[in-house]
Amino acid sequence: MIATPEATNPFFVNLDQIFVFLSNWLVGFLPAVLRPVAGVVLGVVAIVCVFPGLFALTTVFERKGLGRIQNRIGPNRVGPYGLFQPVADGIKSLTKEDIVPLRANAVVHFLAPLVLVVTVFMGFAVLPMGRNMVLVDMDAGLLFFFAMGAATELSVFMAGWSSRNKYSLLGAMRAVAQMISYEVVLLLSSVAVVMITGSLSLPKIVAAQNQYTGVFPHWYIFTPWGLAGFLMYAIAATAETNRSPFDLPEGESELVAGYHTEYSGFKFALFFLGEYLAMFSISGLGTTLFLGGWSAPFSFLVWVPSWFWFFGKVMLSIFVFIWMRGTLPRLRQDQLMNFAWKFVLPFTLLNLLVTALWRFMGEGWARWMVCTVILVAAYVVMGRVEMRSEHFGRRSYRYAE
Amino acid sequence: MNAVFYILAALTLAGGLATVLLKQLVHCALAVTVAFAGLALLFLQLDAQFAGFAQILVYIGAVAILIVFAILLTRGSELPKDGVFSKTWFLGLVIAAAVFAVLGWAVLASVSAVPQQNAVPSVTVRDIGIALVGRYVLPLEIVALLLTAATIGAVIVAMHEKERPR
Repeated sequence: MIATPEATNPFFVNLDQIFVFLSNWLVGFLPAVLRPVAGVVLGVVAIVCVFPGLFALTTVFERKGLGRIQNRIGPNRVGPYGLFQPVADGIKSLTKEDIVPLRANAVVHFLAPLVLVVTVFMGFAVLPMGRNMVLVDMDAGLLFFFAMGAATELSVFMAGWSSRNKYSLLGAMRAVAQMISYEVVLLLSSVAVVMITGSLSLPKIVAAQNQYTGVFPHWYIFTPWGLAGFLMYAIAATAETNRSPFDLPEGESELVAGYHTEYSGFKFALFFLGEYLAMFSISGLGTTLFLGGWSAPFSFLVWVPSWFWFFGKVMLSIFVFIWMRGTLPRLRQDQLMNFAWKFVLPFTLLNLLVTALWRFMGEGWARWMVCTVILVAAYVVMGRVEMRSEHFGRRSYRYAE
Repeated sequence: MNAVFYILAALTLAGGLATVLLKQLVHCALAVTVAFAGLALLFLQLDAQFAGFAQILVYIGAVAILIVFAILLTRGSELPKDGVFSKTWFLGLVIAAAVFAVLGWAVLASVSAVPQQNAVPSVTVRDIGIALVGRYVLPLEIVALLLTAATIGAVIVAMHEKERPR
């Protein structure tokens, strides 16, 4: 059963499509020749405004949340409940001096934050943020997203190398090594979804999940392979965005601030923005791939606008990111790499096989049983038994000591 | 041929030239990524989405990163004192010219060898996938085997050497 809001009330249909109508209305003022271009420009402007706005809100939300977790109040001086804190932060970073180290490579140092923010913004172009709300509906949208994600690694390297600072360079090397390791997992866990949907187009992936059995949706997370894939995706996404507990590229206790140690003022703010935007876009992709994108969690809730569900799910993921940051200690470099290559990657590869099995076993309860048993057994063997023999004791140094 | 093509061609060529002319090795690596990006955009301009995105994903996301890693881990990014020009530059020039001549000849010859198509072929990602696991499955498997062997070899090279009793 494909549920549409038409079945309910024309008011909710209009509310659902309000941004589409608004865009069409605004574009309608222009001559017909300019309309396609104007539509795209309008979409870009919307993305460039909405996500930095969300970023500003998230910084308060994060500082408040972390404050609560650490048993303190958090920012409460600027505005009611400290809500205007990002405004103060923004003005501060704009008025701060822009310091470029004397020995730094000025051109590359200048380009690095720009490359980061531009490539991260490009990723939003293919995310379906609501019914009919996708900037570019590409045949190979998922591939485009990952291609843009790959380009951000280069900006991290550029920042670290051009600063001529040991902390920056070490941070950049760590970040790039970590991002490459976990990008493989990110890609492979998404491939499972592509195998089932048979398309790389993100709107089609959402459409495939926007169906209901009874009141429950056909989201991929509610299948054994989907749940396993989502967990692996979430781990890889946390590592890919350098968030805690995988935040050792910028671990303050060891590397000052990692690759952006030598950035100040607005360039630092750009790095900060890029990091949060990457969080939004990767949560948006996870939502699209596994959590049904803009589709409602129950069939009786389809009257709620689709964009509300998309942004709600993204903000929920952001909340989990913050929660994990406040809860888990930071990993060590060797633990990180061991975890990536010895557990997460093999498990994701196995999940691909399980997905193929699921695809070809046909409908019925048998495939639920078989796939669940294989995945649970693999988790117990690889994650529990094998990891026990892996002694995570004191680190043995190879060259130092 | 339109303005977009010329802009992209100029970008790609500028990236390529900068790669061989700049002195600082890391700058060369960054310039070669510009050339890669230009090539990817050329693919996209020809409506080859898959090839274009794969170019970005593989060449910018992996090859360029590999190059900068190799530079940083081996010889450092500092300039050598005795200049960056090789003594055998003339031989290098001859080889490069010969390779370019062969490639140019092959491209020019293919214009008459391949029948001209008026209609633009539309190749979707699906077609590429079906071709890869259908008609070209044997080459694909051979490449996979080769890469696996290379990975195992790399792991063996990088493996912890056990302390030998003296």
